[in-house]
Amino acid sequence: MSTETYPSGRPADRLRDGDRPVAHAPSAAARKAGGVAGWIDDRTSAAKGVNYLLRKVFPDHWSFMLGEIAMYSMIVCLLSGALLTLWFVPSAGHTVYDGSYVPLRGQGMSEAYASTLNISFDIKGGLIIRQIHHWAALMFIIGLTVHMFRVFFTGAFRKPRELNWVIGSVLALLAIIEGFAGYSLPDDLLSGTGIRAMEGFVQTAPVIGSYLAYAIFGGPFPGEMIIPRLYSAHVLLIPAILVGLFTAHIVIVALQKHTQFPGPGRTNDNVVGYRVMPVYAAKAGGFFFIVFGVIALIAGLFTINPIWAYGPYDPSPVTAGSQPDWYMGFADGALRLLPGWLEFEFFGFTLSLNIALGALVLLPLVYTVLGAYPFFERWVTGDNREHHLLERPRNNPTRTGIGMAGITAYSVFFFAAGNDIMAIKLGLSINDITWIFRIGLFVFPVLAFWVTKRICLSLQRRDRETVLHGFESGRIIRGADGSFHERHDPLNKYDQWILVQHEPATPMQLTAEADENGVASPAARKDRLRAKVSQWWYKDAVNPVTPAELAAAHHDGHEAEALEAPLDYEGIEGRQDHAGGEGGEGADTDVKRDDESDRDSDVDSGIGSASRLRE
Amino acid sequence: MNALAARRRHPAAIALLLLLGLLVTGFAYAAVAPQSASAEATTAEQVEKGKQLFRANCASCHGVNAEGRKTGIGDQIAGPALAGVGAAAVDFQMGTGRMPMRAPSQQAPRATVEFNQEQIDAIGAYIASLAPGPGVPSAEDVDPAKGDPAAGGELFRVNCAMCHNFAGSGGALTRGKYAPSLMNVEPKHIYEAMETGPQSMPVFNDNNLDPESKRDIIAFLKSVENTPSQGGHQLGALGPVTEGWFAWVFGLGVLIAAAVWLGQKSA
Repeated sequence: MSTETYPSGRPADRLRDGDRPVAHAPSAAARKAGGVAGWIDDRTSAAKGVNYLLRKVFPDHWSFMLGEIAMYSMIVCLLSGALLTLWFVPSAGHTVYDGSYVPLRGQGMSEAYASTLNISFDIKGGLIIRQIHHWAALMFIIGLTVHMFRVFFTGAFRKPRELNWVIGSVLALLAIIEGFAGYSLPDDLLSGTGIRAMEGFVQTAPVIGSYLAYAIFGGPFPGEMIIPRLYSAHVLLIPAILVGLFTAHIVIVALQKHTQFPGPGRTNDNVVGYRVMPVYAAKAGGFFFIVFGVIALIAGLFTINPIWAYGPYDPSPVTAGSQPDWYMGFADGALRLLPGWLEFEFFGFTLSLNIALGALVLLPLVYTVLGAYPFFERWVTGDNREHHLLERPRNNPTRTGIGMAGITAYSVFFFAAGNDIMAIKLGLSINDITWIFRIGLFVFPVLAFWVTKRICLSLQRRDRETVLHGFESGRIIRGADGSFHERHDPLNKYDQWILVQHEPATPMQLTAEADENGVASPAARKDRLRAKVSQWWYKDAVNPVTPAELAAAHHDGHEAEALEAPLDYEGIEGRQDHAGGEGGEGADTDVKRDDESDRDSDVDSGIGSASRLRE
Repeated sequence: MNALAARRRHPAAIALLLLLGLLVTGFAYAAVAPQSASAEATTAEQVEKGKQLFRANCASCHGVNAEGRKTGIGDQIAGPALAGVGAAAVDFQMGTGRMPMRAPSQQAPRATVEFNQEQIDAIGAYIASLAPGPGVPSAEDVDPAKGDPAAGGELFRVNCAMCHNFAGSGGALTRGKYAPSLMNVEPKHIYEAMETGPQSMPVFNDNNLDPESKRDIIAFLKSVENTPSQGGHQLGALGPVTEGWFAWVFGLGVLIAAAVWLGQKSA
């Protein structure tokens, strides 16, 4: 690499200064590549950065690929969307259809709708591009939603990643707005109904509603402005913000390093996994093609948004089964659940809370609560440390319970949006379904919290049990006195470590309410609520087995249940420290383990090529 | 001077002329007037047969003389009075198996047809004999080939789609009632349903939708039924709900399976 002092001679010489002599002649292909790479590096100095990125280590787990589903679907959306813009006419101008779809020939419609029909029936491959675009949009938002679940339930949003969680929440909100704008563009009966609904939502804003609706539509509904306006939002404004924020999201991941699941050799200051080159380049690159392929397959086989069947938009008709795409379903469901008596009239002004609560309040509320959650949790736990190791969901029962309660509340809204389809397909009364959801909105989340927390606690207890007494071997042993017992076998150390590595619960303690002179501390009063919430948070906590408890279990246990080998799970971490200690950032260090017989194949794959990256 | 001219001052001439005028007017009206088309003439014999069938199969709910019956529980009606519903209503209800109703419920579902067309026509003739009502449409009235599916599609979206869905797949109504799917329904039954407004459906009489518009709607529904699905499997043609379900269950399912598979591939 380059040095501080430039030697004399040709300028190119100093670039090679310090290069180690090449031991063997590179192959012709490598020489050629090196030539190109060298040419670029001479002009951009990109080698260092590229080297850093290509050598970056990422941990391996299938759930880490959920975000990739979102990322790749977004790329598919961008590619297919760019193609669609070649033919789509974003205009509400009137035209008479004269294309090849006979059932609509001769009908008056907007140019937007006519051009979408042309894309579907007269442009070669247009229909599959449209369907790829729409299915990819659904998969994009599904992908980012399940990615969000993963990040939430494993606590990956904790310090230092709160900011990235907030960016992710904004991305999620933008994605659904982007989706809604796209859904509204073809000007078919369904999308027109959606725009009409949106106009109604805007109008429910107190005081400014009708002015705002006029401003958005450039006059009374529907006007000629809304489609071009939504179009520029859909293809220019929102994608630009989406891609920008998404890049920031990814860059932050690269800078902060990816979190990893706990396991032998994995600590808060290393990342155990494979390098981008070649493993993740192949895996992630391959996964892109899988995602693209699956979306293309679905788009080829299953209709989505058959705009020709909906017919052109006309403000008078509406079709049964008018629903938005799934990601807007929760807002639609809220509207279906809100009772009509929430509409009030003051001095001749109407306050339509029955609509405004579901349409204008819920959407920002959901995403604000999401974005604010990490700060709430930090306030409760008082945990100000950095976390790079993920938590197993069971090891934080309260958070997992809160998450499930949130998902349940969201699902109640979401399912309520399909109440009419449920009514006809399940032979139920739509009124009953609506009432079940209205009550369920308040009952189900509480139930979900309680059930989830209990399940987590039970799983934690089973983990403790397994660590202390080993696992049931299925072998029945008859004692000398004729008694029977089942033999419990000890876990291997690597499996055991996973069950005991997490931190014990540390609820916040209330600081002394009064100092030694009896003067009430103002901080104490402020912290009283916080301490109370913290106590609630850690109530019923099941703590991991401590080494002392483990030792006690060995010595006090029945002869038959006694574990054969002395277990020192702390030693695993210690050994890793030795093994990886010298490696600099990105250096490969082979983890050697003395007890090869204990190797479990699952554990083995994770630490085959451990790398230690210092924070 | 011929015989006719010679008798023009006959005292009966005025009466005969009046009679002739009335007959011409009557026939002309019958020919021109908007018809509740009654395809075949009914005979007294048919009416008598229909009456017997009615008493055996329908009277338990609709009353011995089709005057309707109450269940005796509050205001609940076992079966409505049928005078004036016309042969079209009978042909629709019995021809789609909705009547005789299997069990009391929110609404009579489509079911297997228990009577042959001759028996249904006889009961229809009997009901029509009680009071005038819409008759069974002629084959020409309901021929989808003679209708315009594009015009029918527009009429369908304006008048029908809000309950029956854009593709005629059906939709929910209040308290367990529903607008059924319109797929694989005989053209004449579609026509009769519009004409008589069975169950929760409003009546679309000839002033509302003229017979030609009804035929256009039938043509539209048949074109929906017969057009191959351009974009692939339609997932029930129920709109975004089934699409969302499919993306979540199948799309995400396959991608997670792929992710798990990739996650297990070690370098």
